Amino acid sequence: MPDLSYVMAALAIAFVITVSLRAVPFLLLKPLRESTFVRHMAFWMPAGILCILAATTFRSSAFGEVTHLWEAAVATAVTVVVHLGFGRRTLLSVGAGTAVFVTLVNLV
Amino acid sequence: MNESSVVEHPVARRSEVRAGVRASLAAGLGLFPLGVAFGLLVINSGLSWWVAPALSVAVFAGSMELLLVGLLVAATPLATIALTTLLVNFRHVFYAFSFPLQVVRHPVARAYSVYALIDEAWAITNARPQGWTSWRLVSMQLALQGYWLVGGLVGVVAARLINRPIEGLGFALCALFVTLALDAFRSRRQVPPVVLAGLSFTVAVVVAPGSALFVALLLFVGALVAFHLLSGRSDARA
Repeated sequence: MPDLSYVMAALAIAFVITVSLRAVPFLLLKPLRESTFVRHMAFWMPAGILCILAATTFRSSAFGEVTHLWEAAVATAVTVVVHLGFGRRTLLSVGAGTAVFVTLVNLV
Repeated sequence: MNESSVVEHPVARRSEVRAGVRASLAAGLGLFPLGVAFGLLVINSGLSWWVAPALSVAVFAGSMELLLVGLLVAATPLATIALTTLLVNFRHVFYAFSFPLQVVRHPVARAYSVYALIDEAWAITNARPQGWTSWRLVSMQLALQGYWLVGGLVGVVAARLINRPIEGLGFALCALFVTLALDAFRSRRQVPPVVLAGLSFTVAVVVAPGSALFVALLLFVGALVAFHLLSGRSDARA
């Protein structure tokens, strides 16, 4: 368990930033709506940020204390195939991918 | 004023609360199991049980909470946590444009409604934009937070009962981001940002393997700003 004051500081920072991101736009609705910069960022950011997060979490699963590169690759492929093949039901695809990874890591 | 005085009637209020909870149920089917996975992950990562409810109250945003578990365990610098939160939750900036906050008048209820403006709450109100009242909206949001909080506590208890860590459970987070990325790419088929993200991550892993997430996010946003400036200039010329 990391240091209590560190956890508290991290929680406080994440709280302030998350709530601000939700609250400030209600105060600045008009200028934000008219800003091309904000609209461009809104359009471009999500897919790219999510790819970076997917790559980061893949890296920590694949290269943790023990290397599980092929297991992570197989589980990612299963996640993608189930997601695209079974109607994009997130719960199903995440469940299938995680089950495959946990099984491969623990049993193989 | 007239509309809200109708809702103040106790029978009307009860039916509004019921309508709010009913609107939340479908999303609850997804939130509850993910909450259980979150609770399991908190215990399996070696954090105290109270971190699960504390995260769900302080940072009510599912994917960010899952991500924070990993960041906390790795003792990630607070600056990285701040930048990651800012970028991961940046999408919330655009929810204000189409969220029926105007129906909520009581200042405490209004503050709660803004605080609890998660993806699912926004999606529910946008799937059916008509008929929202203060009681319906706030009870829907409270129900969503309830599913998530209780799911997290169930996960914490389950992890204690199983009594030994399940190795590899953290992969759920990778799988979640893979599916979210696929969905985001489907709704806006933008190849350049995905290529820029891939390049940013690759460069970051080579240049700064210890803080790849932070560097990759900075490079990516920097590239997007440059992209914006260039496209803005060509817009102006056209």
